[in-house]
Amino acid sequence: MAKFKKDGGRGLPAINTSALPDIVFMLLFFFMVATKMRDKEMKVRTQLPQASEVEKLEKKSRLHYIFVGPPLDERFGSTPRIQLDDAFATVDDIQQYITLKNSEKDEKEVPYMTTSLKADKVVKMGIVTDIKQELREVNALKLSYTASKSVD
Amino acid sequence: MATRKRDIPEINAGSMADIAFLLLVFFLVTTTMDIPTGLQVALPPITEEPPENTKQKQREVLEVLVNANDQLLVEKNLMSIDKLRQKTIDHLTNEGKDPTLSSTSTAAIVSLKNDRGTSYDMYVQVYNELTAAYNIVRDDYSMAKFGKLYSKLDPLFGPDKEKIKEVKAKYPKKLSEAEPVNSGAE
Repeated sequence: MAKFKKDGGRGLPAINTSALPDIVFMLLFFFMVATKMRDKEMKVRTQLPQASEVEKLEKKSRLHYIFVGPPLDERFGSTPRIQLDDAFATVDDIQQYITLKNSEKDEKEVPYMTTSLKADKVVKMGIVTDIKQELREVNALKLSYTASKSVD
Repeated sequence: MATRKRDIPEINAGSMADIAFLLLVFFLVTTTMDIPTGLQVALPPITEEPPENTKQKQREVLEVLVNANDQLLVEKNLMSIDKLRQKTIDHLTNEGKDPTLSSTSTAAIVSLKNDRGTSYDMYVQVYNELTAAYNIVRDDYSMAKFGKLYSKLDPLFGPDKEKIKEVKAKYPKKLSEAEPVNSGAE
């Protein structure tokens, strides 16, 4: 018995960690490629409503974003405001914004551009209707009420 | 000059993993993997000519109204939102049975009217129920006819194109939105 004890019971051999950086780098590259930096600074709160019939939007490059919601900064009050890119805007700015954004795109892509409306739950339909009317004016007819998928 | 062959000292790569980990954590935190999802709507284009004055028969139109207090009125009756889906399905698949509902599925119209004071949340929920009703009747029809759900038909796959067209012809999505009224305070 003693013989066995002598042989075994030594400390475990050190695990070879030389492949660890490789693995970590592989993960790193994956996340680097998959990451899309948040390019807009949110000025309004957009707590999305939930819906079961949501569809995936095909391409992020084919989206215009319009945010509507109460300002995050309380100094601006609590009335829902519209945010285009990084700044507050009014309903009248929408036409110009969409036209400008469309002009940056390839002409062929313009009919496929979808407007993603990200509005907070508390927003009233009055402002949403005004936005819809403006979008019709500039012939941006594809609209998506952005909603998160409800679990049921 | 005697040249001495000198070994290049091995670079210590032990901290490499630490650096990589640090970067990895940074990217993990900044990654947003959310795929944007939403209810797709096709807005009607603005036309110069006044809207057609064809008076739709009362029975073909399912009138859905949401007021400023987020209350739902279907055909002038108060209804809770969880019954709206079934009501819409009944309307679309009526085929003349019930005299108060549509005479045929191709003529059936759903008219959605809301108030400027309706909350966006409520509106999306109502819109969702109506979309769901259309999806369900289309799925059922497609399943019975082609043995495949409508939502599973691939618009890029040749034989499916015709099927999609047929289902759409049977149950056209006639969801009209009237100009909102402004009765409640915004």
